[in-house]
Amino acid sequence: MLALGLGRFVVLRNVTSFRRGWAVFLSGFFEPVFYLFSIGVGLGVLVKTVTMDSGTVVPYADFVAPAMLATSAMNGAITDVTFNVYFKLRHARLYDTMLATPASPRDIAAGEVTWALIRGGVYAAGFLLVALAMGFVHSWWALLAVPGALVIGAAFAGLGMWATTYMTSWQAFEFVFLVIQPLFLFSATFFPLSTYPAALRWVVHVSPLYHGVVLERSLFLGEMSWSLAGSVGYLVVLGGLGLWGAGRRIGSLLLT
Amino acid sequence: MGAAGPTPGPSPTPGPAPSPSSAPSRLAAGPRPPLSWGERTAGLLAFHLTLAKRTWRGQIVSRFLTPVFFLAAMGLGVGSLVDAASGGVEGVPYLRYVVPGLVMSSAMTLAVSESTWPVMTLLKWNQMYAAMLATPQRVADIVRAHWIVIATGIAWAVAVFIGIAAIAGGVGSWWALLGIPIAVLTALAFVAPLFYVAARSETDEGFTTIFRLVVTPLMLFSGTFFPIAQLPGWLQPIPWATPLWHGTVLARSAFLGNPLPPWWWAHDGVLAAYVLVFHRLTLVAFRRRLAA
Repeated sequence: MLALGLGRFVVLRNVTSFRRGWAVFLSGFFEPVFYLFSIGVGLGVLVKTVTMDSGTVVPYADFVAPAMLATSAMNGAITDVTFNVYFKLRHARLYDTMLATPASPRDIAAGEVTWALIRGGVYAAGFLLVALAMGFVHSWWALLAVPGALVIGAAFAGLGMWATTYMTSWQAFEFVFLVIQPLFLFSATFFPLSTYPAALRWVVHVSPLYHGVVLERSLFLGEMSWSLAGSVGYLVVLGGLGLWGAGRRIGSLLLT
Repeated sequence: MGAAGPTPGPSPTPGPAPSPSSAPSRLAAGPRPPLSWGERTAGLLAFHLTLAKRTWRGQIVSRFLTPVFFLAAMGLGVGSLVDAASGGVEGVPYLRYVVPGLVMSSAMTLAVSESTWPVMTLLKWNQMYAAMLATPQRVADIVRAHWIVIATGIAWAVAVFIGIAAIAGGVGSWWALLGIPIAVLTALAFVAPLFYVAARSETDEGFTTIFRLVVTPLMLFSGTFFPIAQLPGWLQPIPWATPLWHGTVLARSAFLGNPLPPWWWAHDGVLAAYVLVFHRLTLVAFRRRLAA
């Protein structure tokens, strides 16, 4: 917390304001559980097994469960840094107030991203427990799934917050969905890369969620390789880029 | 106005007199005839049309692109896995199986999102319903006009979806066009209860929870992606009691060429009951909130 500088007060402010919103927070935990259950009894029965890109054959539910964790890490971060940050930036004028204190735009960006990560981390831990109870976890490496979810969350929180600073109306949020939905559906979440047309596979590789899915899937199934370092690095770089951009934009929007 | 005072009696310079054929013109002196049912509705529709003209760009994604994405991912991507492993579902390729389910669940999602935050806006945040009631409009007119607008929007979105699905090979029969009225009926079976909920809500906090705890589970467990027979027995009453499964059964049968599946009257009956009962309740709740 101390490393955040004044950003820690931004986090504390969010904690205080969230004491009344815990019901919404709790309901966010059910969504992935519904998905896991439906894939277990539904598509898992229909699809049976999947041949992964590494050549291993796994039950379909084992294939999708880690992808759901990566997706919920993305969704949690994006919801927080788009809707909530937009409201604070344009309607509640909260950041104007914060900038009247010694806090800098960078503190605000870092504080908001940290808060999004705290929420995402709690969701990820809950999800991991449910997946474990349902028998979708096959390796001790899965202990790293929660930190993995934080890396995914950081990438989307940074980029999402940067994008939010460019939005001028609520209608612009449709464009958030325009990005998030294809990422959710086409990041090797529901079917392996080999199912895609060869010409589109490199597009999938650009998707940050794809790298998150690969990471979580490897951790759940215990298939570790050095190429995962590349995936983590990609996510970290994107998160840092987003944070840098968001801090700059908040400064130029509110301080000039 | 205002230059000449009111002149009692007939005007000294007779202008072009209103033709006697359009007898009860509202421009004539004397008591005006009340607005007819159609005129009141047309007035409200004009408001909604003006609103739509300014916001339609933001709705393209949720209305037209989302179904396309889901069609490609579920129908083609997951479909290839299902067909390879199980040879389709209920005797048809997975794409054919899932398309009517996707159509109905997207109708539900649109219905719920159109009947929550937008209703709260008109009801409370910009008070537009109250403004409408300051004119000759009545509560029943306001609800009717808004439902017509929502139903029309959903009919459009569904028609486009069915067309795209047909191009992708996901539609087996011309009876699929029956999916449009089925989707509208199913959508209204969600619109009606949610208008009631919105009319009884003071804040929008519950709406996110409705999406997470009602819309998502219904989409997952109403036979959209797999037959409800695969659900554990204790969960099956949920699709029976809620609208989406009934709409999906009707639509799936129509898409495969049979417009009247067994028990079709019961499925239609459940959907109609949702609409009628919650229409009454919505009117009561709206009157209590806006016109009491």
